[in-house]
Amino acid sequence: MIRFVLTRLVQSLIALAMLSVVVFILARFTGDPLHLILPMSATAEDFDNARRYLGLDRPYHEQYLSFVGRALVGDFGTSIRARKPVNELLRDRLPNSLKLACFAMGVTILFAFPLGVLAAVHKGTAVDRAAQVVAVLGQSLPTFWVAIILVEFVSGRLQWLPAGGMDSLASYVLPGFTLGWFVVAGMMRLLRSGMLEVLDSEYVKLARVKGVSERRVIWQHALKNALIPVVTFAGIYFSILVTTAIVVETVFAWPGMGRLAYEAITARDFPVIQAVVLMTAAIVAAVNLAVDCLYAVIDPRIRYGS
Amino acid sequence: MAAEAASGLTAESATGAPLADARPGAAAPAARPTRRLPWISLGIVAAFVVAALFAPLLAPADPYEQTLRLRFRPPAWLPGGSLAHPLGTDRLGRDLLSRILYGARVSLSAGVVTVLIASAFGAAVGLTAGYYRGRVDGVLMRVTDATMSFPVILLALILAVTVGPSFPNVVLAIAVILWARYARVIRGQVLTLMELDFIAQSRIAGAGAWRIITRHLFPNTLNTLVVLVTLQVGYVIIVEASLSFLGAGIPPPTPAWGSMIAESRDFITSAWWASLFPGLAILLVVLAFNLLGDWLRDTLDPKLRQL
Repeated sequence: MIRFVLTRLVQSLIALAMLSVVVFILARFTGDPLHLILPMSATAEDFDNARRYLGLDRPYHEQYLSFVGRALVGDFGTSIRARKPVNELLRDRLPNSLKLACFAMGVTILFAFPLGVLAAVHKGTAVDRAAQVVAVLGQSLPTFWVAIILVEFVSGRLQWLPAGGMDSLASYVLPGFTLGWFVVAGMMRLLRSGMLEVLDSEYVKLARVKGVSERRVIWQHALKNALIPVVTFAGIYFSILVTTAIVVETVFAWPGMGRLAYEAITARDFPVIQAVVLMTAAIVAAVNLAVDCLYAVIDPRIRYGS
Repeated sequence: MAAEAASGLTAESATGAPLADARPGAAAPAARPTRRLPWISLGIVAAFVVAALFAPLLAPADPYEQTLRLRFRPPAWLPGGSLAHPLGTDRLGRDLLSRILYGARVSLSAGVVTVLIASAFGAAVGLTAGYYRGRVDGVLMRVTDATMSFPVILLALILAVTVGPSFPNVVLAIAVILWARYARVIRGQVLTLMELDFIAQSRIAGAGAWRIITRHLFPNTLNTLVVLVTLQVGYVIIVEASLSFLGAGIPPPTPAWGSMIAESRDFITSAWWASLFPGLAILLVVLAFNLLGDWLRDTLDPKLRQL
């Protein structure tokens, strides 16, 4: 078990190192950021000074190594646009994104679990059909469009909920639902097919024969095993959530990492781009690692490598 | 890995999705409904393909022509609307219907081209990994995992700013991530196929790696590929639209549904049609592809689990 975790950890670290190179190269292709930060009237001398000041005149490999060295101790440099330490920006934004993601995850579980389980238990009935409609719509609706329409109707015309920002619990509702919606569809489908498979198995029949109440059979015996495929895909869901968050945070003016990424990229803010991408990748990698471990814990077949 | 490993599924129990699902065997009415072709989905997809191919013939106006005097004309059935602009006009007085018809070109071609590139590459990786196993498999699958966990939109945004937003870059950015899904699924299938007798027999008959992969393994993964390809066209259309919406997709003035929504967004209160209709177009075509994909899966490959 420890060996398994260590191997996966080393693999994740190698993947992160490779990604850091890719990100660095891509960020340097972005064109000259100086054109964005210096006034139109700047002379060639101003450009040279700024370049030296920001360390952009040094050879690329030196820039890369110093970047990695400092990143390892948690120093991502200074934002070119905000002229603040990137750390500070991350510290401000990351918790907001995590809060939104948690809310969205809560929404997902709240909807996907009952829907997926009930659809399987009452296969072919109206419940099942309704669940299918939710699933198919969830995967067919463009998030940004849903967000805009919701803002217009729920916040604009009906004035029920705030349209953006992050002032109160009410402002979580729209972005949280928009973000969770896509994942609800996928998770519900996995749960449904997982439940169908498990409900058909011998041990569920045995539990019934033993006289275990139907509710316990479904929600304890069956659900536990139907969760295995859901856990498998949890890492992918998380990365989908991160991706969708960029769009959702941009539309709802949510002060999180997704919007920071969008702003940094449009402003060619190298240090921030690098930090956000690496941070995101590190978080995604950590979640995947955690999922793998969790998976090994709940499914002994993986642990023993069969 | 896990999904395949854990699946000792029966065809009956694993049908993932199922608008066309058969009713349960035990409690069901006597006859199982036969699987009818999904005419509605096919019809919608066909309609959009026709729209894309014949946009110049079908469009009532030039999608680029701006008439500022005719800004934000409402759809024909509302007061102030006219049949000259059946769905109304946008903020520059361009005909909305024409732009949506031309937009189908961008969306459909982005969807199809991306998915074809991604599936070809992914299938090649999956076949290689599954055939050679061992170290090759280990390395390829780690790369696949790393790729799969990278957020598509983040990469596309970076590419859009570094190399500039354009059609090829959008396709490339999405395909670079999307292949991983194919590699995973195909590899899983190949691992199962490799255990079967006919592979051993063809090896005894003297078939080399290339022949086994192309003649025996690949044809047996085709069903899965077709299903995945169909299901992912819709996904790619949504991603492309999201990118165009963020300004990192197809650059204006080319009509793309995502950027049309972005341009009209600030005026949604007064001119809702300019934001609503392009979104409905996305919804319709993606819905049709997804339903078609579900149907194909139930028909061709009921064991395939889908995200």
